[in-house]
Amino acid sequence: MTPTEPASDSALTIRHLVKEYRRGAPVLKDVSLTFASSGVTAIIGPSGTGKSTLIRCINRLVEPTAGEIWFEGENLAALPPARLRRVRRRIGMVFQEYNLVERLSVIENILTGRLGYVAFWRVWLRRFPAEDIARAFALLDAVGLGSDFATRRADQLSGGQRQRVGIARALMQQPRLLLADEPTSSLDPRTSVEIMDLLRALAERERIPIVINIHNVELARRCASRIIGMAQGSIVFDGAPEALDDDRLATIYGGEGWLQ
Amino acid sequence: MTAAATTPPPPRWVRFTPLQRVGRFAAYLITVAAVVWSMKTIEIIPEFLYDAPEQTLDLFQRMWPFDWSYYPKAIHAALIETFHIATLGTLLSLAVAVPFAVLGARNVTPVPVLNGLAKFVFVASRSVNSLIWALLFVAILGPGALAGTLAIACRSIGFVGKLLSEALEEARPGPIEALTALGAPAGHLLLKGYWPQIEPAFWSVTLLRWDINIRESSVLGLVGAGGIGVALDAALSNLYWDQAGLILAIILAVVLAVEVLTSAIRRRIM
Repeated sequence: MTPTEPASDSALTIRHLVKEYRRGAPVLKDVSLTFASSGVTAIIGPSGTGKSTLIRCINRLVEPTAGEIWFEGENLAALPPARLRRVRRRIGMVFQEYNLVERLSVIENILTGRLGYVAFWRVWLRRFPAEDIARAFALLDAVGLGSDFATRRADQLSGGQRQRVGIARALMQQPRLLLADEPTSSLDPRTSVEIMDLLRALAERERIPIVINIHNVELARRCASRIIGMAQGSIVFDGAPEALDDDRLATIYGGEGWLQ
Repeated sequence: MTAAATTPPPPRWVRFTPLQRVGRFAAYLITVAAVVWSMKTIEIIPEFLYDAPEQTLDLFQRMWPFDWSYYPKAIHAALIETFHIATLGTLLSLAVAVPFAVLGARNVTPVPVLNGLAKFVFVASRSVNSLIWALLFVAILGPGALAGTLAIACRSIGFVGKLLSEALEEARPGPIEALTALGAPAGHLLLKGYWPQIEPAFWSVTLLRWDINIRESSVLGLVGAGGIGVALDAALSNLYWDQAGLILAIILAVVLAVEVLTSAIRRRIM
């Protein structure tokens, strides 16, 4: 049977996704999910359960072993490198360790969001198109840093500030989907809440869906419109935050003592 | 039954097992034997050692006072040529070493055959001494600064390439992953992902190699490959010790000055 494109009202459809790092030991066991074209989806679950692998399979930073990943009419899992790169330009990603280029200035880090579009010589000579520069400064404001930060080097920033730059870089792509892999795990509790609120607000503004890996359940409840619980490579919960009660949490994380 | 009888023996701990002790003793023995053997091989003739201090003093007396008039006549131009050989040779080696460094870095080029090719080029370049490279090029191109420049370049490719390759492999994967995820093509990835990370290493390696090349190109003249070594060779074969002494002193001064300069620059860019 040839893979068929799913209904167009979904932004992202994952079908029967399997990932094995070692043969016969799947980290993801036949995961199927559909994401709507807006809203915040939080993926929770214990460490080592495949959350990070799942999110990295979507843009193929990790190669899936089997399955389909449908995004804007294309099955990413089957794309050759050049076409995969074109699709990646429309998927933004935010990382736990920010993954900024430390020795570049803040504004240049944000502008690297356009690397998939800007010609090599322009990047070499640092002659980015004027509209890209204007957008980069607008995003610098939008993530709450302001143009004073533009020429600061990324390695001079605090964790929260770096993550704001990371978000601006992802939005610089004008993505149609935003992935976030533990975006707050390296941050203090207050900054974590601020970053999550910022992500949600910006995704609403840009009208794009976000998929977030997160291990802070409270934060997930606070920000997400949908929560997916994973355990041992499978989906064990999928629903609204209100439906996530202690019984469900015990299913996801195992045990009960920690819930008291 | 007494309490003492039931206590287990105190835990024993020694640094080495008996076998390791024997092995260590054997290693010491082999070292001593090797030293004795090599002393015998180099056949030190005591008579030559007895008057070594006198000979040294005599040599210095013949060198001093320096023949300063020789500097404007021959040394100055040769010194400038030495700088040119070192600088051009370094630039030339960069042009070859950078592409091979990219091929040699396993994270940038995940193709074992190409990694191996680059490693082979580096090893081949470094296994041959500058003087031997110079002999080779003098034989092909005739004596002169061109042979010297190419010799310096060929010897430097391995040094610069290997260190740059290692710098690339030590680049943090995070930013690379981020730029890959947003759809950056390979060239852009090198330019904005890798280059900013290896830039300090690049300048540091280049300066260090330039510093080394100044020193190496000062002796290339001994095999006819240009530079201040030609003047030194001429002075030595004519037994003009006052000229040879001046040249040696100038080489020392230049090497010291370059060392001070490059370490000052390196401190600034790190």
